[in-house]
Amino acid sequence: MSTALHLTFKEIWRNRGRFLLFSLVIALITVLILFIAALGEGLGSGNREYIEKLNADILVYQDIAQLSIAGSTLDRATLRAINNVEGVKAAGPVSFASVSIPIGEAKDPLDVSLIGVEPGMPGEPPAIQGEGLLRRSSDDAIIDETVAMVANLNIGDWFAIRTPQGNKAEFYALRVAGITTSQKYSIRPSIFVPLVTWDTLRPQASTRRSVEDLTGNIIAVQLENPWDFDRVQERIETQVGRVEAVDRKTAYESTPGYTAQQSTLATQNGFALLIGVLVIGGFFQIQTLQKVAQIGMLKAIGTPSRVVAIAILLQIIAINIVGVLIGSFLTVLVASGFPPNIPIIFELRSGAIAVGSILLMGPLGGLVSIRYALQVEPLTALKLA
Amino acid sequence: MNTSVEVQTVIKSYPAGTGTINAVDGVSFDLHAGEFVAMVGPSGSGKTTMLAMLAGLLDPTSGSIFIDEQDLTKMKEAERAQFRRRKIGFTFQSNNLVPYLTALENVELMLRLNNEFTPRFRDHAKELLARLGLEDRMNALPQQLSGGQQQRVAIARSLINRPTLVLADEPTASLDTERAYQVVQTMAELVHEQNRTGVMVTHDLRMVEYVDRVIQLLDGKVERILSSKADLACLANPANCQVIPGQVLGFEEFKITEAARV
Repeated sequence: MSTALHLTFKEIWRNRGRFLLFSLVIALITVLILFIAALGEGLGSGNREYIEKLNADILVYQDIAQLSIAGSTLDRATLRAINNVEGVKAAGPVSFASVSIPIGEAKDPLDVSLIGVEPGMPGEPPAIQGEGLLRRSSDDAIIDETVAMVANLNIGDWFAIRTPQGNKAEFYALRVAGITTSQKYSIRPSIFVPLVTWDTLRPQASTRRSVEDLTGNIIAVQLENPWDFDRVQERIETQVGRVEAVDRKTAYESTPGYTAQQSTLATQNGFALLIGVLVIGGFFQIQTLQKVAQIGMLKAIGTPSRVVAIAILLQIIAINIVGVLIGSFLTVLVASGFPPNIPIIFELRSGAIAVGSILLMGPLGGLVSIRYALQVEPLTALKLA
Repeated sequence: MNTSVEVQTVIKSYPAGTGTINAVDGVSFDLHAGEFVAMVGPSGSGKTTMLAMLAGLLDPTSGSIFIDEQDLTKMKEAERAQFRRRKIGFTFQSNNLVPYLTALENVELMLRLNNEFTPRFRDHAKELLARLGLEDRMNALPQQLSGGQQQRVAIARSLINRPTLVLADEPTASLDTERAYQVVQTMAELVHEQNRTGVMVTHDLRMVEYVDRVIQLLDGKVERILSSKADLACLANPANCQVIPGQVLGFEEFKITEAARV
């Protein structure tokens, strides 16, 4: 092992220009893979974050909506029926719309998800600053921290939202009552308003109806005993009727395009890794071919084949580690310059999986060259045959 | 003299068409400690094949090769690799050195492979290189050394682990006359001083000036073994011949003393 390590270190050090150049190639592959992973995480999180963090155990959809939030409409009668189901602790309607917040003339308006919730009911996120929504109809809003940062808003500030009403855009003023954690939905940061207010603000052709006419896209349900999920889910579906009740994970995975998007990004990552394996394999294969006589000589003087193989493997691992370190540093450097509304999230788990995959692709790519080196015949290599 | 190498009726056959051809055909000889031997012969005579079998790089079809009383032909590949790094030193025609190791590191490589990389042996490696006139070039990479210097580093490497048998395959092939003489002379001196057994394959008969015996192969067989001073001097330089001036071995016109004939 120590001889292999010695040979590896000396070869890399005395050819550091060549190996550094190759490390840079691996670094670029690392940047690509990490960015795709971060983009996957960012887009995935942007789609699921609100639902993932939702303070509810079951989400109820209209049965014909096929778990599409936009296609689901549930009325007050359904809400009341769900509240009457045994095992249900609380249920709150949740409605979704898109509006924008003007943030100065020089900048594009910030697109946000406008989410209507019942104050104090499942669906309303907890405020980490300020307070929650207190009244069923008010100009108060809870904004998520991304909105607060991008629009530079603090507790008590008033801000405007722009929303199409009929055939023209209207502006409405809202007050920041509370700030919550990042709660992205549909790749947009979110603001939360009482459902009654939401019904006024949401883009619509005309206004509007009585409170009793209010509908929600979905109903967020809290259970008395979360481990009683299966039985309550069945009760809701049978007792309420014409609804579909699912857990949060099923809900966000059923968001239109979510699975396809994540699969596309995973495929891209897979291809990037495959390209990495081929590039590393190609490089070390060419290098091994150039060293056939040298490997033959080493074997002829009695160097065990395993020392030759370990030396190549250590070389691959070392070059890979240097490439990954440079690539990770470059990724952090580039990412730090991105505006916060770009959906890129460097999450420890997905980052670790990406880095682990890159570190594995080196030895995998080098397997062919290691096998080739093991097969080098001293006699042939030294032209003694 | 101690017999260190015994080659007993070694045959090496290769398939050729429907039959076989013997590249080495029933060769036997003994080599002694402190003896430097040249193996000569025209192309295809079997000398390189014989050298490869002595090095344990090639299995004979039949026969035995004993080095320090151990039969090389009975060993498995892993055992032979270990035997090579402990008992055999090798200098090749070219591609002798690891290009990214300095002269000293190339010599020390044998110590590392044998787990003998200690300060005492490192000093020995430096002494050996100095003895070969390379005291100023120890930290030079092979590409910074001349062909002759590279061969001398290879000789140092082949001797550093105190092997029983030192083999050299055409060590002077790429050198000019002056450097070729230097390399062979140094090799011969070290083999004698350290009481090793040296075998050099060469087609350059001038180099036999420094050897103790010449084994001439022809068509895979030992044609002659020459050991008298007069024969060797004559072979090295026809001007020294006391008989009809020869040209090269093998070679009907070249007369040698009857005693040398096998």
